[in-house]
Amino acid sequence: MSREWPLWEVFIRGQHGMSHRHVGSLHAPDSERAIKNARDVYTRRNEGVSIWVVEAKHIAASSPSEKGPMFEPSRDKVYRHPTFYDIPDEVGKM
Amino acid sequence: MYAQMIKSEATQEDTEKLAAFQARIDAGQKIEPKDWMPEGYRKTLIRQIGQHAHSEIVGQLPEGNWITRAPSLERKANLLAKVQDEAGHGLYLYCAAETLGVSRDELTEMLLDGRMKYSSIFNYPTLTWADMGAVGWLVDGAAIMNQVPLQRTSYGPYARAMVRICKEESFHQRQGYHLLMHMMKGTKEQRRMCQDAMNRMWYPALMMFGPSDKDSVHSEQSMRWKIKMNTNDELRQKFVDETVPQAKYLGLEIPDENLRWNDERGHYDFSEPDWSEFFDVIKGNGPCNVDRIAARQKAWDDGAWVREAMLAHADKKAARRAAGELKNVA
Amino acid sequence: MSSDPHLVEFFLRQGDNALVLGHRLSEWCGMGPALEEDIALTNTALDLIGQSKLWLAHAAEIEGADRSADDLAFLRDAYDFRNVLLLEVPNADYGRTMLREFFFDAFQLPWLKALTDSTDDRVAEVAAKSAKEAAYHLERSAETVIALGDGTDESHAKMMAALDYLWPYVGEMMVDDDVDHAMAEAGVAPLPSAMRPAWDDTVNATFREAQLPRPDTKFAHAGGRNGFRHTEHLGHMLAQMQVLQRSHPGATW
Ligand SMILES: [Fe+2]
Ligand SMILES: [Fe+2]
Ligand SMILES: [Fe+2]
Repeated sequence: MSREWPLWEVFIRGQHGMSHRHVGSLHAPDSERAIKNARDVYTRRNEGVSIWVVEAKHIAASSPSEKGPMFEPSRDKVYRHPTFYDIPDEVGKM
Repeated sequence: MYAQMIKSEATQEDTEKLAAFQARIDAGQKIEPKDWMPEGYRKTLIRQIGQHAHSEIVGQLPEGNWITRAPSLERKANLLAKVQDEAGHGLYLYCAAETLGVSRDELTEMLLDGRMKYSSIFNYPTLTWADMGAVGWLVDGAAIMNQVPLQRTSYGPYARAMVRICKEESFHQRQGYHLLMHMMKGTKEQRRMCQDAMNRMWYPALMMFGPSDKDSVHSEQSMRWKIKMNTNDELRQKFVDETVPQAKYLGLEIPDENLRWNDERGHYDFSEPDWSEFFDVIKGNGPCNVDRIAARQKAWDDGAWVREAMLAHADKKAARRAAGELKNVA
Repeated sequence: MSSDPHLVEFFLRQGDNALVLGHRLSEWCGMGPALEEDIALTNTALDLIGQSKLWLAHAAEIEGADRSADDLAFLRDAYDFRNVLLLEVPNADYGRTMLREFFFDAFQLPWLKALTDSTDDRVAEVAAKSAKEAAYHLERSAETVIALGDGTDESHAKMMAALDYLWPYVGEMMVDDDVDHAMAEAGVAPLPSAMRPAWDDTVNATFREAQLPRPDTKFAHAGGRNGFRHTEHLGHMLAQMQVLQRSHPGATW
């Protein structure tokens, strides 16, 4: 079997200045083509204004088995979330 | 459905790990690519997602059959966009399957040499323009019924692909129905085309949900794994219940003498499709099996030199770039 | 007839180019060499069909004969079509399809950009929308031609064959006739021949990277833009494209 086009992960920033978000993957022979393919595959419904692609093999990921130590310590820091603070309705929108 | 005949694989694994795995699924957690998973779960998923992906791309063919004959510029654009979406769905699903350690090329070869299947529905021909309406309305309608719950499936990449797919599917069924509505207000010939399409598509659409669960030993494991969210019979009933009033509105007759509302059950009673026909189609003897695979094979073969050349060029470009950089350093 | 026949002709040329090429590209849907290519090519087809709708709607309106864009697309015979021959010849393989696309895009981008300055607002408006699409089409088709020309021995040979076949058809895009002179005088459009330098630059630069030689023959087939003599291929395309409208007169879809 002949060699396959490498796999790329696609990140797109939408209209409203939000961060780039992972939207999916695709195949392409190189990064230039990957960006074009991402434009054609993942922005057909006007979803984006900026595209990043990363070859999938270059993504370093946290190991799922370390999920506990990696993410649990932040779980009890509820004071980082606005809903932690009860503000009376009379104060108005905050 | 698009994964009509998926058997779940038997497993023999560490019971403790299995219990923990099942507990995560029961708790509604998503399983991600690098998580431990039972071999049976992985294999069943590859088969199911692969079959689903194949269905999307083989499914481009019956509708693609009418793109060059679409009767107005607007309809031509609608149909093109719809068939293009199906290519996108295939792409998302192949990518989801790839996270399980199988490549798109491997999956494609398994489709072409018959090791993997695709939905029986796409082995039926599209004979008139009304079929574009009937396919959108009935086939995509049945597909959506199956796909909406799959957005909650336990495997993360699959669930995320389904979310994207469902968002895109929403126009497919409507454009099909819209097309039929328009034709039913048209000439006698147009109405005849619509009824003819209904007559041919009804039972194949019912078959899309797969044989009765009574006969399916494997769906239980898949349901426990949340790979399969509803039973085949549940979904089929839901489809019939939703479709009957829609057909009535169009003025189309459903080709089933036994179709009637059952007050007691709160559902429509309906005739089962001819399951021997279904198994014939699955075995390769449907009206279009040979043509469909031949078309996919041709696209695959004809595209080989293009895929190869684009990669070769990318390699050369990278090499030239590297050489250029070296020269600059020296 | 109060309408300006030259202007109608001009709009038909734009609309038919987009329609015929859009149709040819749509033939690929579901057959592409990779899903990504399939999807991308369909985007181009959709752009072109969208453009053709706009041009043809204006043509119909200016003509004032109570015809719609769809009537023009689906009920005219081959000799009433005004597309260049280049766009109606069959796709053959992916190489020829993309090389044809590239030749057209290399013309179309400077052409549409120039049309945005048209004294006719309708022209300027459609051109402004279409030019953005054409810019992307050209990027993609040029990149593909380079990759396939440079890629492998096999792909290079296929691109050479495509070049041999297509080259005699490219000239027609840039030959001026009465209609063109009338449009230039009215400030509706520049002369097509004025696109030659830009087209040459794009083609030369792309061919250099694609390792493709530029043929020295200047021979150019003609007969599409004025409808005098289309290829045999157009009739077959129309037979398919128009079948429903033709066999059910008066029906709407
Ligand atoms: Fe789909
Ligand atoms: Fe669909
Ligand atoms: Fe589908």
